[in-house]
Amino acid sequence: MKPINEMKMQIQSLSMNEGYARVAVAAFAASLDPTLEELSDIKTAVSEAVTNCIVHGYRDSFGMIYIAVRIFENGRIEIKIRDKGRGIENIEKAREPLFTTLGGDRAGLGFSVMESFTDKMRVRSTLGKGTTVTLIKEIKGKKNADEG
Amino acid sequence: MQTVIERNEDTLLVYLSGELDHHNAAHSRMQIDDAIACMQPKKAILDFSGITFMDSSGIGLVMGRYKLLNTMQCPLELCGLSPHVYKVMRLAGLEQIAVLQKAGRKPELAEPKKEAEDETH
Repeated sequence: MKPINEMKMQIQSLSMNEGYARVAVAAFAASLDPTLEELSDIKTAVSEAVTNCIVHGYRDSFGMIYIAVRIFENGRIEIKIRDKGRGIENIEKAREPLFTTLGGDRAGLGFSVMESFTDKMRVRSTLGKGTTVTLIKEIKGKKNADEG
Repeated sequence: MQTVIERNEDTLLVYLSGELDHHNAAHSRMQIDDAIACMQPKKAILDFSGITFMDSSGIGLVMGRYKLLNTMQCPLELCGLSPHVYKVMRLAGLEQIAVLQKAGRKPELAEPKKEAEDETH
């Protein structure tokens, strides 16, 4: 299936950019006429993914975060968030709820939130090379929400 | 994001507003922890009415404060939870460690100080 619209952006791995990233993706998704809940879900999932790039991918360094968004005719939105950071040693483990390599106030729920707020999540990672998280959500939109 | 801290008798009230994400959580956490250390409250209430966005950093903020408050047997209540904030908190099972009040319900303050014999209730 070919996308009907596409957007790419890159931001520096600074925590102050987290807000910008999620709002930008949500604004782009607005053309699908999502409900407020769907929009919040997208923002939250993007926020988790971008935060992961900053606190894990570029834990001891700085780099760019690459965000690519594609929209499809059937209301599907696909969001790819990639860093060129340290990579994840054990993806299975990283995806487990409450698992965190950081401690402190990190809840270890980033992947759980991404998973439950989207329809599909893919994680690809190579140690020393970086991580790509793909988030897919089927936007039903306001129209269907009203009817249903 | 803004963190406003109030004290009412033995209750610590924290009003959070704006966007609660990883970037904003750190500062808020320090302010709340300072207030807890200073005041040694009997009850703590975090009011989320003004929160317009929250991701799992909000869960971390709550769990961290819970751990700290738990060391002084101080109960924690979360109120003013919008549907979105409530959804994120339920996902983390926060209802197991704190009282969750959805938006529109007023929290109750800690019982005023009573005689020692009343404390068994």
